Amino acid sequence: MAVGKKKISAPAYVKGHGIEAEDIKEGKVTHVEDHTDIRYQFTAGQAISKFLNGLKEGKILATKCNKCRRVMVPPRMFCELCYRPIDEWVELEDTGTVETFSISYIDPDARPLDEPEIVAVISIDGASPKMGILHKLGEIEPDSVYIGMKVKAVWKPPEEREGMITDILYWKPIEG
Amino acid sequence: MFERVRGLKFHKKQDVAIVGAGITLFRRRMNETGKELSYYAVKQALEEAGLEIQDIDMVVMGSAPDAFDGIHMKGEYLLDGAGGSNRPYMRVFVGGGTGVFAPIAGYWHVASGLADVCLVITEEKMSSSHPHPQSAFKYIWDPILDRPLNPNLIWIFALEMRRYMHENNIKHEDIALVSVKNKGNALDHPAAQVAEKITVEDVLNSEPMALPVRRLDVSPPSDGASALIMVAPHIARQLTDEPVWVDGVGWSLDTTWWTNRDLYFPRYVAEAARMAYKMAHITDPRKEIDVAEPYDPFDYKELHHMEGLGLAKKGEAPILTREGVTARDGDLPVCPSGGLLGVGNPIAATMGVKVAELYWQLAYRAGKRQVAKEVTTGVTQAWGDLMQVGTVMVLSNKR
Ligand SMILES: [Zn+2]
Repeated sequence: MAVGKKKISAPAYVKGHGIEAEDIKEGKVTHVEDHTDIRYQFTAGQAISKFLNGLKEGKILATKCNKCRRVMVPPRMFCELCYRPIDEWVELEDTGTVETFSISYIDPDARPLDEPEIVAVISIDGASPKMGILHKLGEIEPDSVYIGMKVKAVWKPPEEREGMITDILYWKPIEG
Repeated sequence: MFERVRGLKFHKKQDVAIVGAGITLFRRRMNETGKELSYYAVKQALEEAGLEIQDIDMVVMGSAPDAFDGIHMKGEYLLDGAGGSNRPYMRVFVGGGTGVFAPIAGYWHVASGLADVCLVITEEKMSSSHPHPQSAFKYIWDPILDRPLNPNLIWIFALEMRRYMHENNIKHEDIALVSVKNKGNALDHPAAQVAEKITVEDVLNSEPMALPVRRLDVSPPSDGASALIMVAPHIARQLTDEPVWVDGVGWSLDTTWWTNRDLYFPRYVAEAARMAYKMAHITDPRKEIDVAEPYDPFDYKELHHMEGLGLAKKGEAPILTREGVTARDGDLPVCPSGGLLGVGNPIAATMGVKVAELYWQLAYRAGKRQVAKEVTTGVTQAWGDLMQVGTVMVLSNKR
């Protein structure tokens, strides 16, 4: 190794050329454009298939581990903490509690939305504490939402359900 | 169950020193490829260390999702710019946690005795993907349970921030102070993308993204690269009088079922910190840590992570921030670099404002960014994947 004892006096400097989006649009910077096109068919798996089929029937299904006594939703075939198979399936209420929420003004591409939407983590009644799912809230003004609010699922009509998380349209506040 | 800290069966063969670092300009768009950016950062780190590429035994590359670059297996693509040709080379990747996980991988290469000189290079070019890098983040969500709801990446952070504010009774004003501090600190960083003097009001009045998150609560997407040279003690002694030592490393992942956790506390960071502190023989981090570079892609995240790192009690980080304790001239300077909020957020390349910054601070070579107090020990940390990984590193300048 070609080294000697070295006294370093200054931190490394900075290099690189920043450009603006306009520079690319106006063709000032050499670049190419490509559009990736890959399609996927995802397997829902053992546990989530049963969960999705439950949604089609208007039911929220969970699994239970008798060792740690957790009732888990979304359901899974094994308890990841005890690392053993689950013991049974249970049906939960279609009511729950808002654990946290956000008023979103942007879409998945970070483009502005015309109307903001309310997204929330909702813990489901009958599951272990904090066992929540991601979903949306409706029939409520953004200003009125609070953590701890009790909510109930609003389902699609049975004939329109497809066995998807969107078979629940949104969750609305329970009166009183 | 018995109480123990995981991951400490490992007995190191030799100590590990950092003797050089490099960082490129951070920008939303750069006129260089990822390979070219990597080359710049590596060259600077080699120059600072006084080494040539031929002196490098092994190379660790850290880079986050392939979807940004539109090149699958980009570790292979980046190899030549990363100085990885014809030597043992590996890529590590734990999302945003990569910025500290890549140097952890460099650490174990050297500590185990497999390598005496290891180059760690991290790169990210987020701007290739459009209309916005966010579009690439659509594909980190569960395809069956989450994606049909058309999620935006900001959602999970907004949900976590709200829960943190609720549980600890914290106002947005208290959180905005982090953005004000870090963007201000970044004015002294030559690589910075969004260094500016702003006020709490500016943050509170900025464009709503996913409330409570507003535009100025968020770090910007960036392109950039950074590099570190990690060496065995006998090499360090030949190279410099001011090596900085790795005292402890730790990493941990919480469950993928993120909606099944209480989001007010980052348990993955606390677990990782327990491992790193045990290794570094730190029992009271608030007293023993002189300077910290926790991961701050969002302003509340700096506070969240300070609490996960044990630098503040639960709910106490905003108070320390308000009282000026975390300012560059405070008792516990936090993100003196300017952090991701001020310097920019090229995911894995943030190693340059986390581990490299701590190295420069502890070597007293941070220039205008040098903290006011005397420093011997610092902690840095990164966070990523689906809100679940914590990576922690403790550095010091004493032996
Ligand atoms: Zn269990």
